[in-house]
Amino acid sequence: MEVVLQNLTKKFPSRDKKNRGDVIAVSDFTFKIPDGELIGLLGPSGCGKSTTLHLISGLQKPTSGRIFFGEDDVTDLPPENRGIGLVFQNYALYPHLTVKQNILFPLQNLKGKDKLSKEEMLEKAHEAAKLVQIDELMDRKPGQLSGGQQQRVAIARALVKMPRVLLLDEPLSNLDARLRLQTREEIRRIQRETKITTIFVTHDQEEAMSISDRIVVMKDGVVHQIGKPQDVYDDPANLFVAKFLGTPPINVFDGQIRDGRLYIGEDEVLDVKGISEREVYVGIRPEGFLLQENGPMRCKLSRVEVMGRDISVVAENKASLNPTIRAIIGTENNVNMQQGMVRFALLPRKVLLFDKKTEERIKF
Amino acid sequence: MMKKILKNSSAKGWLYLLPALLFLGIFMVYPLIDVFIYSFEEGYNSASQTYFGVGSYNYSYVLHDPYFLQAVNNTFLLVIITVPLSTGIALLISVGLNSIKPLRNLFQTVYFLPYVTNTLAVGLVFMILFKKTAYSDGFINLIINWFGGASVDFIEGPYWAKMFVLCFYTIWVVMPFKILILTSALASVNQEYYNAAKVDGTSKARTFIRITLPMISPMIFYLVITGFIGAFKAYSDVVALFGTNLNAAEMNTIVGYVYDMLYGDSGGYPSYAAAAAIILFAIVLTITCINLLISKKNVHY
Repeated sequence: MEVVLQNLTKKFPSRDKKNRGDVIAVSDFTFKIPDGELIGLLGPSGCGKSTTLHLISGLQKPTSGRIFFGEDDVTDLPPENRGIGLVFQNYALYPHLTVKQNILFPLQNLKGKDKLSKEEMLEKAHEAAKLVQIDELMDRKPGQLSGGQQQRVAIARALVKMPRVLLLDEPLSNLDARLRLQTREEIRRIQRETKITTIFVTHDQEEAMSISDRIVVMKDGVVHQIGKPQDVYDDPANLFVAKFLGTPPINVFDGQIRDGRLYIGEDEVLDVKGISEREVYVGIRPEGFLLQENGPMRCKLSRVEVMGRDISVVAENKASLNPTIRAIIGTENNVNMQQGMVRFALLPRKVLLFDKKTEERIKF
Repeated sequence: MMKKILKNSSAKGWLYLLPALLFLGIFMVYPLIDVFIYSFEEGYNSASQTYFGVGSYNYSYVLHDPYFLQAVNNTFLLVIITVPLSTGIALLISVGLNSIKPLRNLFQTVYFLPYVTNTLAVGLVFMILFKKTAYSDGFINLIINWFGGASVDFIEGPYWAKMFVLCFYTIWVVMPFKILILTSALASVNQEYYNAAKVDGTSKARTFIRITLPMISPMIFYLVITGFIGAFKAYSDVVALFGTNLNAAEMNTIVGYVYDMLYGDSGGYPSYAAAAAIILFAIVLTITCINLLISKKNVHY
């Protein structure tokens, strides 16, 4: 099911008595989600991503704007009539019911012509349980399950009615690191098998990048960029997006452009033709550094961290906004690593320029 | 010697427990055993500390005493009527309180007032409401008259009228505590469960029965058990309403009977009182056990 958000805006009345203005949780969000895609809503806490999810689910009403599922305008429909499945952050499994009863619960609510016989319900519940691989735990109570298993039950419960849209609110935040990796693959697999349009919310950029068809980066209620994970990473629209995506994070420097050349501190590091002279922020991805004996960029070496697959060079540069910068170098680069100066050449496509005032991207 | 005890960890534990055990033993366990012994000593006289013999005569006397049977009858009626009704009404009010926003605090305070009001003051108010005097038939009778009914003497009149007043009074007095417990239990149910139910299109009634009730079932169970025990021990309320001569008013309760046997006008029989007290203990124990058995299936912790 295609989901269309049209100028979606949500304001909350301010609780602050001195400052009576509204708090804008989501501001003018327009996006067309293609049928069958997995979308990651990504942003720091308080950026409005959960509110967006609640607006789509119908648990909250938008202040303005419209939501369409395919051709249907669902903006004024209550959640139960939208045909959605929602998985809550804390799963919200009913603790007094067994796994089977939990999965059956949505089916037992069906009325009128949708009403199912007991056998049909059991069959559907089993199908859903099989899909998430918990069919052997049907008679347990949620309290007897691990976090990952509870998560699966929650997904099965959301899927059992075959919703048009599946919504997941921070689905992995309560799991430990290993389980998180495993469960995100699982979510991907389930989504591929069911082909249900799925929207999930996360603050973990790695999680969003790894499984989403498309990611939406939000901050303070405003959508900053929408696109395929790799595109957003390679081609961020502004400094916020560039900083938010990627581990280790991007290194940011103060820089100047003079005579079509980019300067970081005193070092002339790159040719950038066609950009007028100005002050800029320079973002360099950790993988954008190349160790070179006569490289143009000079930094003071702090330490080298060996991580097996590659080497992480931690260095200092006066123009850097952070105390240290981090470069990732392949282990085949067996350069003489001694205390003192280290010199880098830069990969042009890993160097991103941003306007000092607007923090918007300057392309070159 | 002390060192040896302190090294032995279980002896150490008992040593720490000793002060509490001593007090509990003297003030709780010993009297209980004593009452049990009295109940088998026939014709025990507390002044001379003598008795004729040992046997079950005390029980047989009490169980054949029409006043006792009347008291048992009254107590059971009171329990059966007031416990379910008060818990049910308290649940309704709490759900109501939980779902309104404006004036919620005001209502909560109003419902809690009976809890902090003095029993005698409450008795006085009920007197004004129900008692027939030379000057007035009481407020309730005024209302009944206004609707064209005949006056009923609620305090000295027919049995059902007196029982009605007693039950009404008991329910009114126990309600605030139950409302307090239930509103906080309802408020502590995680909103996410309701959101999940809403997304699944669960009707209000089904949400209440399948989600809310199981979630607060431990609290309901607690209220039912304490409610049963409290109602079985009813005495002061009855005195506040009907005075001290309860046997004549046909409104005695088991605890009232025990008190009368000890200190009442016809009193001075500690053996009978002890036997009646043990019977009450057995009844309460049985009911509580039944409650526990039922709760195992229906209460979700």
